[in-house]
Amino acid sequence: MWVFLLTEILFFGGLFIVYTVYRVWYPEAFTAASHHLDIPLGTVNTAVLIGSSLTMALAVHAAQLNSRKGIIVFIALTMVLGSVFLGIKGIEYSHKFHEHLIPGPHFAFEPQFVRQAQIFFSLYFMMTGLHALHMIIGMGLMIWMLIWAYNGTLGDGYYSPVEIVGLYWHFVDIVWIFLFPLLYLIGRHG
Amino acid sequence: MAEQHHGSDHVVPTRIYYGIFAILLILTGVTVAAAYIDLGRMNTVVALAIACFKALIVVLYFMHMKYSTRVIKLTVIAGLYWMGIIFALTLGDYLTRAWGTFGQQITLR
Repeated sequence: MWVFLLTEILFFGGLFIVYTVYRVWYPEAFTAASHHLDIPLGTVNTAVLIGSSLTMALAVHAAQLNSRKGIIVFIALTMVLGSVFLGIKGIEYSHKFHEHLIPGPHFAFEPQFVRQAQIFFSLYFMMTGLHALHMIIGMGLMIWMLIWAYNGTLGDGYYSPVEIVGLYWHFVDIVWIFLFPLLYLIGRHG
Repeated sequence: MAEQHHGSDHVVPTRIYYGIFAILLILTGVTVAAAYIDLGRMNTVVALAIACFKALIVVLYFMHMKYSTRVIKLTVIAGLYWMGIIFALTLGDYLTRAWGTFGQQITLR
């Protein structure tokens, strides 16, 4: 599983390097574009995702202790928190849509930054979209874990699947830990 | 059936998980607050330092790296090392070209 996560580090790493290069090239445009992101929603979402990592860790803990009920409760809680995150993300996307911040012919922005800001928002949607896709996959795997916990496949000291889903989920959390300051919090003191 | 799972058998007390959760929440608050203070170029450094520390405690405690075998630790370090190579070589290339540095266009004579 860790080897798979390494490929994921490099997968997201490619986007982070593109982000770094463009931010170094167009710092003013990135600052201006970042000001259009919603810090309260982003902060709440960060807290929600950290909370889901906690419940995931507790689910693995329950699995280690052979508590079927614990697995089901904490996996379900993790899925609820994951859904809240995606819901808030959806609200943010719809705001961007109404503010004409989707890159393309209808993109509207301060004229001097209109081209560079589209790069920022392309990266924003690409990185957060890919992150959201990972979360959807993670929650799909959790449905599987719920079934296995329910029908008794997990248990008797066999908990690797829960542990692996947990590693995946924490990885997705870490990606967001970096995305949040890099996308939302650029040059806010200005 | 201990041979069925390859993860760490170490059972971490739940108070550690709650403690890590609290630290992560506090650091999220700190990173938002720090963004509003003018630290010049250090703003990005501070934000990334906090993010790295948060990632570190997630890996160590939530992902049980602290209790994992050496080969798993080595695997992760190898991955981060490759990531470092990507960043070092890419930035070594882009930042040394005369296309512009930190937003200021270089006037070529």
